Amino acid sequence: MFHQRFSSKNKTLLLKVVIHLGAFIPLIYMYYLAIGDQLGGDPVEAIIHFTGIGAFNLLLITLLITPLTKRFKLKMLMNTRRLLGLYAFTYAMLHILNFLFFEVQFNLSLFVEEIFDRAYITVGMLAALCLLALAVTSFSRVKRTMGKSWQTLHNLIYLIVLLVAIHFYWSVKSEIIEPLIYIVITVFLLSLRHHKFKRWFRRAR
Amino acid sequence: MLIKTPHKNSLSENDITPENIYHDRRDLLKKMGFIGAGALLSSASANAGALDFFNTKRARNFVTTPLTYNKVPTDASVAQLTPEKKVISHNNFYEFGAQKQQPAELAQGFKVNPWQLSIGGEVDNPMLLDHDDLYKSFDLEERIYRLRCVEAWSMVVPWIGFPLAKLLKKAQPNSKAKYVAFETLYDPKQMPGQASRRLGGGIDYPYVEGLRLDEAMNPLTLMSVGLYGKTLPPQNGAPIRLVVPWKYGFKSIKSIVSIKLVEKMPPTTWNILAPNEYGFYANVNPAVDHPRWSQASERRITSGGLFARNRIETLPFNGYGEQVADLYKNIDLRKNY
Repeated sequence: MFHQRFSSKNKTLLLKVVIHLGAFIPLIYMYYLAIGDQLGGDPVEAIIHFTGIGAFNLLLITLLITPLTKRFKLKMLMNTRRLLGLYAFTYAMLHILNFLFFEVQFNLSLFVEEIFDRAYITVGMLAALCLLALAVTSFSRVKRTMGKSWQTLHNLIYLIVLLVAIHFYWSVKSEIIEPLIYIVITVFLLSLRHHKFKRWFRRAR
Repeated sequence: MLIKTPHKNSLSENDITPENIYHDRRDLLKKMGFIGAGALLSSASANAGALDFFNTKRARNFVTTPLTYNKVPTDASVAQLTPEKKVISHNNFYEFGAQKQQPAELAQGFKVNPWQLSIGGEVDNPMLLDHDDLYKSFDLEERIYRLRCVEAWSMVVPWIGFPLAKLLKKAQPNSKAKYVAFETLYDPKQMPGQASRRLGGGIDYPYVEGLRLDEAMNPLTLMSVGLYGKTLPPQNGAPIRLVVPWKYGFKSIKSIVSIKLVEKMPPTTWNILAPNEYGFYANVNPAVDHPRWSQASERRITSGGLFARNRIETLPFNGYGEQVADLYKNIDLRKNY
C-alpha cells in the first residue's frame, strides 16, 4: 500500500520535510528563548553549546547516510545527504557567529587572538573552513563542472569530523566522558570506510 | 546604657520543622519508589506530570529561610546585581552535575540539617559547629561581592555570612598553622556527581580547597550561609560555603564539613586535576591567561538575553587589589597563578 501510494520522489520529499523540521525548528526555538533571556543563567553559553553540539550531531548523521544507503539499498536516503551536510554547515557557522557576536561581542582583535592562541579553537576553525569549501561546492552545477576532483575535495569530510571531535574533547574542563562517546562514534563511522582508506593507503605507497 | 538589640536569628525551632517534615515526606516517597518516576517526568516536561499530586511545588524545592543580618556596604554595592533567579540556576557545583543548570535540578533534596562543620588541625581550640551554630555563632552581615569564574563569566552577588577570620580567631591557630584546608561533604548518596563519573565531570571527590593563613584572615574572606536575604540554596553550597572574592570562583568551596589548619600547602582539587591550568593561588589576573582562553575580559551576567552587551575588562584581583595586593608583594604572580 505504502509503496504504491508514495513514489520514491514523494518519499524523498517527505524525508526532506522531516529534516527541515527537525533541524530548523529547534534552532528558531532556541534563539527565541536565548534572545528573551529564557535559556538558563547564561544564554550565550547555552546557544554556543547548542549550535556546536548540533553541528557535530548533524555531521555524524550525514556520515551515516552512505553506509545506511549501501547496507539497506535505500537509494532515496542518498538524496538527503547534501541537505544534512548543509544543515551541519549552517549550525557550524552559527556556532562561530555566536562566538563572535555574543561571546567576544565584536572585539575583533580578541576574536582573532583566541583563534590563533587557543589550539582547540584553531582546530575548530580549521574544520569550519574545510566545511565552507564543501558547502560552496555542494551545488549540482559545481559538482558536474568539478568532475572527479569533487569527490577528492569532499573526502575532506573525514578530516573535518576528526577535527571536530578533537575540538570538542579539548574544549571541556574535565567532563570528558561525553566527548569520549563522540570520539567513539566518530571512529566507528570512519571505520565503516576502512576499505576506502586502505585503498588510499595502498595507492600512496 | 548599652542596649543590644537581640540578634533575632531566623532559624527557630518553628522555622526548621516544616523542612524536616518536607524531608521526611521525600524519604517516604523515595521508599515508595515515586521519586524516581516523578523526577523523570519533571525533567522531561518542565512542570506538569501525572505525579504532580505527590510532587507539589513546595515539596519539590529545597526550602530556604529568611535571615537577619546587617548590611555592610562594599564597593560592589553600586553595581547591578545579578538577578537571584540566575544566581541560583547557573552553578558550577559538580557534585550535583557538571552542567550549569544541573545543580539547581539535582540538589533540591539535599539535607543540610543535621550538619557538622569541624574546625581542627593546628588549633588550640578545636570546634564543632552544628546546623544551628552556623547561623547563631556570629553576627551575620550582607556583603555584595563580584564573583569571577575562571571560565570568564562573572556575577554580582549579595552574600550573607561572617568573616572567616572571626571563626579562626575563636579556634586559635597555633604557631604551626600556615595554611587552611577546606573540604566539601562526601556523600555519594546525596550528591549524584560523586556517585557517577559522567555526572561529576571526572573529578576526584571530596572536593578540597585551601588558602594561606593570611589570605584566610583577610577581612574580605567570608563564610557565607545565605544570599539574597535567605539561607543558601543547595546549588549555591548550603549550608555553608567560602567566598573569596579576589580569586576565581572554584576557590570558594561549597557545602563545607571540615576546616583544618595545617603546616604545609594543602592539595586543591582543580590543581590536582590540571596543574598547568589551575594554580593554588588562582587570583583573578587579567595578565595571566588560562592556557585555553583569555582572562583579560569577562561577561558579566545580569538580566538581558543574547544581545546584552555585557563584556567588561577583568580587573587585577577582581577589583579588590587595594585590600589584598599586599599579600602577594613577595611572590611572582605569573608563576604562582
